[in-house]
Formats: sequence, structure tokens, C-alpha cells
Amino acid sequence: MSASIRERIWWYLAAAAVLVYALFPVAWIVSLSFKEGADIGNRQFLPTQWGWGNYQAAFDSGLFIPALRNSLGISIIATAVAVLLSTFAAYGIARLDFPGKKIILSTALAVAIFPVISIVTPLFNVWRSIGLFDTWLGLIIPYMALTLPISIWVLSAFFRQIPWEMEQAAQVDGATTWQAFRKVIVPLAWPGVATTAIIAFFIAWNDFIFGISLTSTERARPVPAALASFTGASQFEQPTGAISAAAVIVTIPVIVLVLLFQRQIVAGLTNGAVKG
Amino acid sequence: MAPITLKNVTKVYGDGFHAVDDVSLEIADGEFVILVGPSGCGKSTLLRMIVGLEDITSGELVIGDDVVNDQAPRNRNLAMVFQNYALYPHLTVYENIAFPLRLAKVDNQKVDEQVRKAADVLELGEHLDRKPANLSGGQRQRVAMGRAIVRDAKAFLFDEPLSNLDAKLRGQMRTEISRLQKRLGITTVYVTHDQVEAMTLGDRVAVLRHGHLQQVASPRELYEQPVNLFVAGFIGSPPMNFIPASVADGVATTPFGDAKLPTELADMVGNRESVVIGARPEHFEDASLVDEEAQQQGLLFPATVDVLEWLGNEQYAYVPYDADASMTEQLSELDRELDGEAMRTQLVVSLDASSHITEGEETQLWLDLRRIHVFDPESGDNLTLRELDESRGSSPREAAEHATA
Repeated sequence: MSASIRERIWWYLAAAAVLVYALFPVAWIVSLSFKEGADIGNRQFLPTQWGWGNYQAAFDSGLFIPALRNSLGISIIATAVAVLLSTFAAYGIARLDFPGKKIILSTALAVAIFPVISIVTPLFNVWRSIGLFDTWLGLIIPYMALTLPISIWVLSAFFRQIPWEMEQAAQVDGATTWQAFRKVIVPLAWPGVATTAIIAFFIAWNDFIFGISLTSTERARPVPAALASFTGASQFEQPTGAISAAAVIVTIPVIVLVLLFQRQIVAGLTNGAVKG
Repeated sequence: MAPITLKNVTKVYGDGFHAVDDVSLEIADGEFVILVGPSGCGKSTLLRMIVGLEDITSGELVIGDDVVNDQAPRNRNLAMVFQNYALYPHLTVYENIAFPLRLAKVDNQKVDEQVRKAADVLELGEHLDRKPANLSGGQRQRVAMGRAIVRDAKAFLFDEPLSNLDAKLRGQMRTEISRLQKRLGITTVYVTHDQVEAMTLGDRVAVLRHGHLQQVASPRELYEQPVNLFVAGFIGSPPMNFIPASVADGVATTPFGDAKLPTELADMVGNRESVVIGARPEHFEDASLVDEEAQQQGLLFPATVDVLEWLGNEQYAYVPYDADASMTEQLSELDRELDGEAMRTQLVVSLDASSHITEGEETQLWLDLRRIHVFDPESGDNLTLRELDESRGSSPREAAEHATA
């Protein structure tokens, strides 16, 4: 018994160390965002005087709100399209045996591990000549290239776990292939779809390289890129506080999403589907 | 409700494996037919071909009046209960049962009526709002059956529906299925590897081996007049004893002595160098319990009982013996095919509970020669097929029909 208590203490210590390591920078940014004026250089962790001034500055800058709108719009569209397409693709890969299946999967993996920076320059030139530069679509397309492969991999793993019999039972019960897919397979794969959607959304939401390279104005510039173009109140003032405030704001949707879907991600919905 | 006819149905897989080979079978309207055989005999494949989940390589499948070879499962209007139930885990019991009706776009009031009716039949009324994950094995089984009976299907198909239940529940569900089928009077095809289920449930039983149909007959006929060694060994528990012998001039030479065969049998067998005598455990008896006259009709032989299992109403005695090596090999091959693994050649003998034979003691046993079968070891054919005594009725249903006629 004593051994297990000691073991647990060690576990807690290790967990605490990891948490501090991971969350300290975040806490620092939060603290920074509440420091006003000269307080930023106060050589303390906590602000001497708390204030919302930086948040006010971020919203007033005229850069942040359009960027937030761009980020939300582009990420949501890219995620929705990627999830829809990858659901179909993954279902086909999981269920059907067709020539070239392996090639599709390994190509998808290859695309996913391809270094993004190497395609930015060619993409920049192509986008400029065909008029996609500095547009939503110009970002949605590369984001889908990033999110689709990982989505297909995650979802096809989920589909493979769903017993074939579920679908066969639906067909015998009178369902068309499409009905079986929509009424049985997709609800069962719902945790997988949610997981995939979150991963896809994060990839698009957090992207910086495409955001900064393929946009030039607030027409399409997403938040991560916009943060870099913040300026201080005067030429001699660093915009540190406003950037921190904006960074905190863009982190909030990510946290909210994880909290909302946590249950779906973890839930094993297929319990009781078969003999169990 | 509809009859189902299979004409020379064959299934060949991509690798050339013949899972089902030239099976012809007519299933009458309202009949309960069992497909039985050891694992890998093609019985499930055959069922899945009927329901439409497997393509038919060649041959014809007729349901009602239509050839349905190329129809999708949803157009065949058959109901199937899967081995692992295949309930929809995201739907409540109510919606699981209602699923086929919802697909058929039945209006809500009718759905409710039908679902409650099915739930009543299966005593699922109080569980309608629960999810399958929270049900016991037997309840899940009943939900799967509810989904089948809720709509007006042409036939029921069962794919080993009881194999995931424990022994007691299996017995109860078996009776339940039988009662349900009689009540609804619907054509039913039932796949199982369990010969007890096969014998107790079916009007007729089709025995399959390596994709070939061996015999289609009533349970009684299968038991009393098996057409070959395979059927004889598969049906019955404990299984039939196979005793190597040779026959000359109506006298069979066996490891237990010479037996004079009844004239009827002797005529059918003729003179043969090597045969296999098939004798069910209950064809044996403790000689001291058999009257003088009956003793004349059988073979008396001395035997030493190795192990004795007393079951209350009867007892099983195990009598090891030595047999010719080549024959032993052939019989153990058959045994393997029947999913058995006999370590030694032995007789399994069923004795009356009042017998006082004890283990390890030499005693006199008696074999009723009037009831034995003689098989050709090469082809496996039964050489001594006799007309079944029809007056005893070959199945409960037929017996009932006789009674009403």
C-alpha cells in the first residue's frame, strides 16, 4: 500500500512538472496582456496594476477584427469541406478494395509530412498569376491540402473499427448504401468525425506561414499573420501588450472547442453494438 | 411469407475456393429449415447469399415467384438476425426496432403500433427507452429479433443467433425462437453448428460439408437413417460409434467378436472385405438387463468399462478397444472434420441408470444388431438405408398434420 502511495506522489510530481513546463509560457502571455503602459518592463511576473487596456488596444487597432473574421471564416470553411470530403474518402478506403488504395494512403501521408515552407514560394507565384493571392479561397485550398491527409487517416481508422455487420444489417433492413452510411455509419463514427474536425480546425487556425505569405491586406489576412503587423501607440513603443492580448483572444476558441468535444473524443460510442 | 428455392447455387471466391458447391434446396412457405455443419462448411455463406450480402456465382435463387440473384438486399424483403446482433448502438431499443419501418417511411402512428406489438411479443416493453449497451445478452438478442419481426418480411434468416449466449439462456431462447416461428408461421432459415439446435428447432435439417449438401431430412430421419458416415457422425451426442469390421456370408467380424447380421441387413451389405459399423450409444445395453429373446437378436460381448458417467436418467460407459491401424486413421480423419479430437478408439455406450456395472470390471455388453448401420468406408455411403417408419412421425409439425388429416 505504502509503495502505491509513493508511486502516486511521484506521478503527481511528474504531472505537475509537465504542466508547469507546458503552461508557464501561456500564463506569462496572459499576465503580459493585463500589464499596462510601462508595467510591461516591471521585471515581475504579475502586473502591478491590472487593466483591460491591451485588449481595448487590440480591438481598436483596426487590424485585429478583420483578421479574426478572416481566421474564423477560412478555418471553418476549410474544416467543413475537409471533414466532408475526408469522410467520404475514408469510408471508401475502409470499406472498399480497389486498386491503388495503398498508393492513395501513402500519398496522403507523404503530403502530410511534406515541409510546408518549400511550397510557399511556388504557390505565391501561382496564386498571384491566377488571382487567388490575398483571397479566402487562396488560403482555404492550401489548408485543405494540409488537413485532408490527416483527416483521411484518422477517419479511416475509425471507420475500420465499425463492424461491417452494422451496415449489412441496415441494408437487410431496407436501407440503400447512402442511407446506411448516413443513418448508421456516420452516427457511429461521430467521435471520429469530431476529432477530425478539431484537428483540421487547429491546423487551419494555427497556421502562420501560408497566412503571412499568401495575403497582403486585411481582405484575407488571418490572426497569426495579423499579430505580426501590430504597431505600438507611438513609433517608440513596442506593441507587446496588444499582441499578448490578441494571442489570448485567439487561444480562447481552441480551448472552448476542446472542452466542448472532449466527451465525444473520448467516448466509445460503439459499446454494445456487438456482443460485448 | 414466401417459399425459397435454391437451384444449383454455387459460390466461388476469387481465389478459386468453392465455398458452396451446387446446392439445390426447396424451402416451403412457412417451413423452418436448419443449415448445419462444422465450421467452414459454407452454411453461413449460403445464408448470406440468400439475404444478398454475398453474390451468387452461378445457379438461381428464387424467393416467392421472383429470381432475386441480382437484387440488392433491401429489395429482397428478408429479415436477418446476425450472430453478434448488429444492433445500432446510437439508437434506443425503440428506434432499433423501428429502424426498418422508418426506412420504409411508415407514418409515426403505425410505427408506434408495430413496435409496441413486437415489444410485447418479446417482452421488451420496459426496455424501449434504453440503449443496447445497457442490455444483457438475452435482451440484445430479443431486440435483434424484434427488428426482424416488426415488418412484414418474406422470411427470417438467423445466423448462429444463440452462439454468444450462455448455456441456460441458449436453451430458453431456443424455445422462444421455436414458439415465435410457429406463432408467426413464417419461412425461416437458421444457420447453426450446434446439432442440438438443429435437431430441436427444424422441420427439416440440411447438413453441409465442404459446401456440398449431404442430406436434407427431418431431424428424426437424419438421426435414424443418415445417408453417410459424415451425417451419422455429426448428428447425435454422444456421437455414433464407428466400428471397423468385415462381412462374409452374413457374419460381421468385429473387434468384439463375430456377429450374425439380421437377414435384411446381410442382403443389403453382401460380402465385403471392409466396412464400418455404425452403432449409436443407445444401441448398446448392459447384457444382464436384456431379456433372453432380445439377446438372440444382438451381439453379446465381454468388455471392460474404463470410465463411467452417471447422469441420473442414464449413464455413459467408455470402452477402449484396439482396431486395425489403417481403419483407425480413416476414422480419426473423419473425426477431425467433425471438429472432434479422439485420442483413442473407444466405444461410447449408453446404459440404463439401473445398471450396476462398475469401472474397471469386466462385464457383458449387448449390441442391438437390428438397429445398426453398415457404411462403405471408401465412399462413406450408408449401405443399409431403410424406409423410415412414417407412422411414428418425422417431425412435430408433420405429426400434427397427420393428426388433423
